[in-house]
Amino acid sequence: MTSVLSIDRVSKLYSSSLGGGPVPALRQVSFGISAGEVVTLIGESGSGKTTLGRIVLRLASATSGRVTFDGQDISAFSGPRLREYYRHVQGVFQDPFSSYNPIYRADRVFELVRSSYFGNLPPPQWQDKIEAALHAVALNPGDVLGRYPHQLSGGQQQRLLIARALLLNIRLLVADEIISMLDASTRVDILNLLVGLKRSGLAILFITHDLSLGHYVSDRTVILRRGAIVEMGDTVEVFGNPRHPYTRDLLAAVPELHKKWRRPADKAETGHGDLPARDDVLASGEGTPAGNAADGRPAAPSVPPRRARWSARTPLPVRALVPPPLISVGPGHLVAEDLA
Amino acid sequence: MSVKVDHLSVAYRTRSGDVCPVDDVSFPVADGEIMGLAGESGSGKSTLGTSLIYLDARMKHLGGLVELDGGKLPIADSRAMRPHRMTDVSLIPQYAMSALNPTRKIRRLISDLLRSHGVREREVMTELRRRIALVGLDEGVLDRYPFELSGGMRQRVTLLISTLLNPSLLIADEVTSALDVSTQRAVGELLIEFRDRGFVKSMIAITHDLSILAQVADSIVIMYAGRLAEKASTRVVIDAPLHPYTQLLLASLPEVGVLYDQSALVGIPGRPPSLADPPEGCRFRARCPFAFDRCTTTPPFEEVAPGHYVACWKAVPA
Amino acid sequence: MSDVTAAGPEAPGPVVAPLPGAPVAAARLVPGPRSDLLYYALRNKKLVAGLSFEALFVLAALFGPFISPHNTTDYFLPHLAPSAQHWMGTDYFGHDVFAQLVTGLRESYLVGALGALCAALVGMALGFTAGYRGGLLDEVLQLITNIMVMIPSLVLLVVIGAYLKTRGVLFEGVFIGLTTWPWVARAVRAQTFTLRSREFVDLARLSGRRAVSIVVRDIAPNMASYLFLVVVLLFGSSMLLAASYDFLGLGPTNGISLGTMMNQSTLWSALQLHVWWWFVPPGLALTGMVAALLVANVGLDEVFNPRLREQ
Repeated sequence: MTSVLSIDRVSKLYSSSLGGGPVPALRQVSFGISAGEVVTLIGESGSGKTTLGRIVLRLASATSGRVTFDGQDISAFSGPRLREYYRHVQGVFQDPFSSYNPIYRADRVFELVRSSYFGNLPPPQWQDKIEAALHAVALNPGDVLGRYPHQLSGGQQQRLLIARALLLNIRLLVADEIISMLDASTRVDILNLLVGLKRSGLAILFITHDLSLGHYVSDRTVILRRGAIVEMGDTVEVFGNPRHPYTRDLLAAVPELHKKWRRPADKAETGHGDLPARDDVLASGEGTPAGNAADGRPAAPSVPPRRARWSARTPLPVRALVPPPLISVGPGHLVAEDLA
Repeated sequence: MSVKVDHLSVAYRTRSGDVCPVDDVSFPVADGEIMGLAGESGSGKSTLGTSLIYLDARMKHLGGLVELDGGKLPIADSRAMRPHRMTDVSLIPQYAMSALNPTRKIRRLISDLLRSHGVREREVMTELRRRIALVGLDEGVLDRYPFELSGGMRQRVTLLISTLLNPSLLIADEVTSALDVSTQRAVGELLIEFRDRGFVKSMIAITHDLSILAQVADSIVIMYAGRLAEKASTRVVIDAPLHPYTQLLLASLPEVGVLYDQSALVGIPGRPPSLADPPEGCRFRARCPFAFDRCTTTPPFEEVAPGHYVACWKAVPA
Repeated sequence: MSDVTAAGPEAPGPVVAPLPGAPVAAARLVPGPRSDLLYYALRNKKLVAGLSFEALFVLAALFGPFISPHNTTDYFLPHLAPSAQHWMGTDYFGHDVFAQLVTGLRESYLVGALGALCAALVGMALGFTAGYRGGLLDEVLQLITNIMVMIPSLVLLVVIGAYLKTRGVLFEGVFIGLTTWPWVARAVRAQTFTLRSREFVDLARLSGRRAVSIVVRDIAPNMASYLFLVVVLLFGSSMLLAASYDFLGLGPTNGISLGTMMNQSTLWSALQLHVWWWFVPPGLALTGMVAALLVANVGLDEVFNPRLREQ
């Protein structure tokens, strides 16, 4: 597989506005994406995943490290060379409505592309190109052309934005939470669309916090936590055999349709978050433990049962500028060494 | 003691006419029950939840009644509802964690609430402290401003504030949506715990996320385009749904462990109908693979198996 | 809470108090047919009242000199009270006050427009640049803006005026423009900052659009209502400022304006001599013109910003 994008020890520092020194949003993140591959970047809020996406799209700059596209450092691009880069790399974001300028019609997003890249194309050929792109995303041109953004549904808006990216014959798509604001019944259609595009050679950096989506579409998964990679590898391997406690906690916390959340068996399974653990909260005279009624419902409310509660807290380590190194635990499967 | 909603209809005015996001809705919620209210955008679920506690100036109560603990809730009369709010019915609105007054410390928010209900702070202070610890926060949070807290912490604070006066019914609107998956679980379990400890008697959890309801809810109600489509216990809705919308919806949800190559997940084509101009008969008709001529008359929302209500002509219990 | 930052404009001049008509937030342009805006515009009492009242003065300025029976240079008996022959009487020199008034209106409008245009151009150019680019350029431009704010315009005017043989309307207009742009720049910069982080701007960048094009096509139109309000406000404040300068004798060396009339009347003791018809008409006219404009501005803000409308 030909490598399309290579992210090499990228770090991003922000100066904190509330005082207390620079906050590292990204810490020495490294991985690559090849043609026809979907790499899912999974992380919770504060993980830096959106920042990384913006760096790849040249909407933000890295403090250190390099991002190379086809072997060239993208931070050196400017002017025409940057425009050339955008011919190969495009992005779609979380809130479809915000990506449209509300005072113009929705298809102006196509016009924007035209003036920069297809200025010399005669109008009929441009029309054909637009219609082909719309069909590729399963949109009926009659339904969407000429409309204002607020007249389209979220799913249509998002597909239109993907169609815009496809006009350019791109090689890498950065998809940042592109379906989290869509209705559940349309999400999987967009995911299926992405897989179809991947099959025709497009590389996709799929950024999400939703593990079930990540599992569905991706070939490789990178788990990001507070700016550093904690685990990465083949999706099936990472989800099936998670080696880092954080990955295990994430998987344990995912709500599933056919399985209840497992009770944490021991302290080691408590999750990570931003507060100290409070498992012993119930110590102060809460009433005698009572069993559940026969049908699983709790007994009369005055005698609450004592349940071991999932406590999503352990004290967080300070964000070290140089995160723990990644060690290999299997073919292509890397895990961060700190097992805090 | 429980909740009973009977043929409730609520509309609101727009420039292009009246829109009816709650159209002849009836359901009971038993004591100690957590009922999940699921639906997608345009289903009316948020309006249904909010209308049980507050109807703003644009909204109109068209008909039907709401009973709580044997007494009628005067939802159409905002002033008459005031003594019931927070003490009998309480709401955690959508985006509540972003709606905390940023210029007030948490302590002040709580004391404002207590004062407006004539409760002296001293009386509830010990209980408040216990509950703060229960939700996994420490007392220092009282002296912080909302912006100093993370999303998960803010959500717990709103949970705390909304249930401080032990309401009989808690309506939680998308309380887990904007949270990280681990905080989602913590908040979800807190909802269960609050019910178990009797801080609230019953709960209506409004969300679009069926998998959260599968963890938290005892029963699930599916809402589509202003009307109820299906209601049954959680296990029945998830494992053996009868309404085509529920079936198609469940068939479109990716889960961990499911890969594209192994499955044939498909979304539901089309869009929900506009509530300003809903179609005749069953509102899911246009997108339903089982639609036939009878669907042009509205199917009644009726019990087809014990505890299992469906609004579909084709619903035949297994 | 509005997601748009409020930009409170500072007083654009030494003798002018902070103007109440300033827009408080950029209105979101209502998408859809323009007729929507027109519908609300025609129903807004403040806008209609303000504009109608202003229209009276505009008409007076346009047609006044033609309907006035006398010229400004004709001599009559001095200090004649208002009568059928001299609608506003005559001044110390025997000139017809009405003729002077309507000529003065023209000059006030001219200077007002010139000042507003200058301030708008400079302020917007700097504001957009600072707001869009950010970083070092923004810091430098802010420094310049702050320095300009500190320089007392009146003193500057006196100093510059000392070196000029004559001062004309053009000079006055440009001077006002070049000294009142700071608050425009600040307001525009604040709004640009907000809009710049919107995702449709990211999308324009991803489409290879150049910065100028993004500012002109994507950012400015979303601020169009705000910019319009700012210009209207500038117009009013320029007129007021010009009148103040004229009143102090720092106005155009030749020419008649509302301010010079009031200046002359003070110099020639009109108040003590009870020649009220010399200074009251220009004073009232100025007050009326500026007030009508500000009231119309508040109304316009309500039209643009649905949140302010009392439905």
